[in-house]
Amino acid sequence: MTSQVDQSEAVDGSDGSEGRPGSAPPSARQGRPVKPTRRLDRVIIRFAGDSGDGMQLTGDRFTSETASFGNDLSTLPNFPAEIRAPAGTLPGVSSFQLHFADHDILTPGDAPNVLVAMNPAALKANLPDLPHGAEIIVNTDEFTKRALAKVGYAADPLGDGSLDAFRLHRVPLTTLTLEALKDSGLARKDAERAKNMFALGLLSWMYHRPTRGTEDFLRQKFARKPDIAEANITAFRAGWNFGETTEDFAVSYEIPPARVPAGTYRNISGNLALSYGLIAAAERAALPLFLGSYPITPASDILHELSKHKNFGVRTFQAEDEIAGIGAALGAAFGGALGVTTTSGPGVALKSETIGLAVSLELPLLVVDIQRGGPSTGLPTKTEQADLLQAMFGRNGEAPVPIVAPATPAECFTAALEAARIALTYRTPVFLLSDGYLANGSEPWRIPAVDELPDLSVEFATEPNHELEDGSRAFWPYKRDPQTLARPWAVPGTPGLEHRIGGIEKQDGTGNISYDPANHDFMVRTRQAKVDGIAVPPLEVDDPTGDARVLVLGWGSTYGPITAAVRRVRADGGRVAQAHLRHLNPFPADLGTVLKRYERVIVPEMNLGQLAMLLRAKYLVDAQSYNQVRGLPFKAAQLADVLHAAIGTLDAEETR
Amino acid sequence: MSDFPALRLVPKSDTPLAARDFKTDQEVRWCPGCGDYAILAAVQSFMPELGIRRENTVFVSGIGCSSRFPYYMNTYGMHSIHGRAPAIATGLATSRRDLSVWVVTGDGDALSIGGNHLIHALRRNVNLKILLFNNRIYGLTKGQYSPTSEVGKITKSTPMGSLDAPFNPLSLAVGAEATFVARTIDSDRKHLTEVLRAAAEHQGTALVEIYQNCNIFNDGAFEVLKEPATRDEALIRLEHGRPIRFGTDRGVFRRPDGDLCVDRVTEANEADVVVHDAHAEGPATAFALTRLADADALHHTPIGVLRSVQRPVYDTLMAEQLERAESAHGRGDLAGLLHGKDTWTVV
Repeated sequence: MTSQVDQSEAVDGSDGSEGRPGSAPPSARQGRPVKPTRRLDRVIIRFAGDSGDGMQLTGDRFTSETASFGNDLSTLPNFPAEIRAPAGTLPGVSSFQLHFADHDILTPGDAPNVLVAMNPAALKANLPDLPHGAEIIVNTDEFTKRALAKVGYAADPLGDGSLDAFRLHRVPLTTLTLEALKDSGLARKDAERAKNMFALGLLSWMYHRPTRGTEDFLRQKFARKPDIAEANITAFRAGWNFGETTEDFAVSYEIPPARVPAGTYRNISGNLALSYGLIAAAERAALPLFLGSYPITPASDILHELSKHKNFGVRTFQAEDEIAGIGAALGAAFGGALGVTTTSGPGVALKSETIGLAVSLELPLLVVDIQRGGPSTGLPTKTEQADLLQAMFGRNGEAPVPIVAPATPAECFTAALEAARIALTYRTPVFLLSDGYLANGSEPWRIPAVDELPDLSVEFATEPNHELEDGSRAFWPYKRDPQTLARPWAVPGTPGLEHRIGGIEKQDGTGNISYDPANHDFMVRTRQAKVDGIAVPPLEVDDPTGDARVLVLGWGSTYGPITAAVRRVRADGGRVAQAHLRHLNPFPADLGTVLKRYERVIVPEMNLGQLAMLLRAKYLVDAQSYNQVRGLPFKAAQLADVLHAAIGTLDAEETR
Repeated sequence: MSDFPALRLVPKSDTPLAARDFKTDQEVRWCPGCGDYAILAAVQSFMPELGIRRENTVFVSGIGCSSRFPYYMNTYGMHSIHGRAPAIATGLATSRRDLSVWVVTGDGDALSIGGNHLIHALRRNVNLKILLFNNRIYGLTKGQYSPTSEVGKITKSTPMGSLDAPFNPLSLAVGAEATFVARTIDSDRKHLTEVLRAAAEHQGTALVEIYQNCNIFNDGAFEVLKEPATRDEALIRLEHGRPIRFGTDRGVFRRPDGDLCVDRVTEANEADVVVHDAHAEGPATAFALTRLADADALHHTPIGVLRSVQRPVYDTLMAEQLERAESAHGRGDLAGLLHGKDTWTVV
């Protein structure tokens, strides 16, 4: 079973040891396994099936079991945009990949060690990703002539020798599930639907996952249909017992918990972390949260989540369109709320004019863009980071907007707080650039104590702020704080501060309409200076030997694969420095200095070189892009090759 | 001073206000002779009647001549972007129920680029008062036809005449589930004020169409409603509970097919004159009233409150959901939320 002990990312991991006596899974109900157990340091599993097979749910449950067991983990859900693509076809395949380990890991993994294929389409779509020696568990019941023909298999791959390089487990999942549920009284169709739980039970046995959580989950999910809940639990247990008794599965695997800093943990996806970050920001700012949004993949889950938390005073407004979503959020911000709008790339395009208005009004506003493949509708359920330049420049006129980008799913929480800090302190719209991979991917999160979170309290203007020539006091809505250049936030209801603001250029100080050329020049430069002057932490550079000549610089969700690639390179003796940007506008003040310290700067991006373009323009450095726009995260192995090549080229130049 | 149930949550002013309190120091920049001046003066004079604090009043506008309105009102105000005022005002009104929020818009702003936001504000019944200045022309972009211009209108962009069938703003509003629909005229200060008062009293979205003269690009568009020689035949003043009669001897009758028509009132048919019921639950008669006028000649144009009915108000419903959530689950506890249900502890 060497296939499960790929050490490339586990530089300090132990090798798999043979034949250790098994330890019981943490379930009293099912007794001790009697088969031998092998110890592994990490495993990558991919569940794949038809869109209706419940693969996302299966993956989610396995993830929860794994998280509560204490492994570090990273997930990659991958599903079609169609709700129910034609059954049994390649476009209808939905998959969920999970990487878990006894040490900290950074990516959902390049190549699965185990593939669960619920039908021929799932096998065909995923086989190219499997390394030789990987285990494949197939539902043989679905390998009918008709199903094979539908995806273009001339011969049955289970019998023609084409899978000889893999360890194939032929399991009649549907038959076994129906057999287990023959006394349940359920109709055949309903009983069959529990086959994903049978598969989950089998995998839970194989990897010693705790089972209690899944059983509780099923009881809660089907609270109103107890017979369905019991059927799923029965199927789940039958799968576990099948692993324990059948001879096809000779060993099970143990992956000890990861060593991580002390604390209380939970598993969290990027969109959930981001939702919590928004609620936390409003609480820490003591402002009501107002979300104006229009449903769009992959951002809708934030709207769903926030709408559950009305007892925090959260108002969610599902608007008639993207424009109304941000308009309402801006209106609420004028009234003193923490205004937020959530969307994805096409929605940002529609919101551009209102973002420009927010720049001109200088009101706090969060614009959350969960990036997906573009242009136009593009790839709604796939990831990309090609909205950077849209966020940076996608407005008429000089309209600078700060940009914050989380690097991991859990970091979406802190990124939301940071975006709120900037918006509230500097009175400006702020872009929060997440992406589909962060949104749906998950990882363990050390839950912070509330008092560890930043204090975001704001002061509204309450009194006139300017003395006129005649000695009387007046309120000037555009008289700025000399440090931050922020203008006062005077909300309706405050007596004596009545004022009018709008998108027309205004006179410095008074805010009155002004078409004066010198004033416009001044205001344009001042709005830019305000954004340029935002306090941003210095760049953290990881250069352990201190003498690397190559720097790899990333932003957003490429953090995981880049860091995994850097570990591989260093394990091979390569010297490479790494830095990751969380602030894209303004950049950290020391970024230019850092870039100039290295002979070669490599910038991997899931776009055609947008950050690299900004770096080259701003710092005149020969930043080199490595780009992929496949709708999927980078693979660590590929990035490692890129870094090896960069190091090798420099070394070769020196020898010459 | 009347009582305004729609302003129940808005703090009352400690001292009586006057029209001058609502004037700003900004120079008004509409063309001399523009109908907007009369509307501004009427609104400034009317606002003190509401008895609410000036600082709790907000005017939100889009883009266009009429949308400069907030700059001239000494309240809080926002001059936003083309067509979007109802959306922005919706966010403000739903999150701040202690404010009286007014939207000022025009026929291009509300019915063309912003048509979507207008209909959705109306169906939601947000507590907004929308003043739609209809001059049947684009003024600020210098004289193109608008969505309310007559077919065949010669403008800069339609030298051979406009091909577009116009919108009837009030038909649109009734169709969009509006709970309050009214029409008035810029030059009739008394009527304008009465309609504003009725709108302010209404709980929910009120749409007030104000026929407004653009003396530069569409002068005299509503002259037939104003000239003594023609207005008797053209203008129908609606009053709730009163038979709909106008001119010397004209009245509105219901035809056998249910539609409305205009006819001479005689002793024989006097009892059949339709009695105006603004509060009728069904929208059919209100809709028929919006269709009574001849779109080109403007003969038989009803003004006043066509429809005013009660329906739950969006911002009230939203506030109630928040209250219900809090009483069911208690005030949100951030630490509890972050912990969730499935955690594990590493020591």
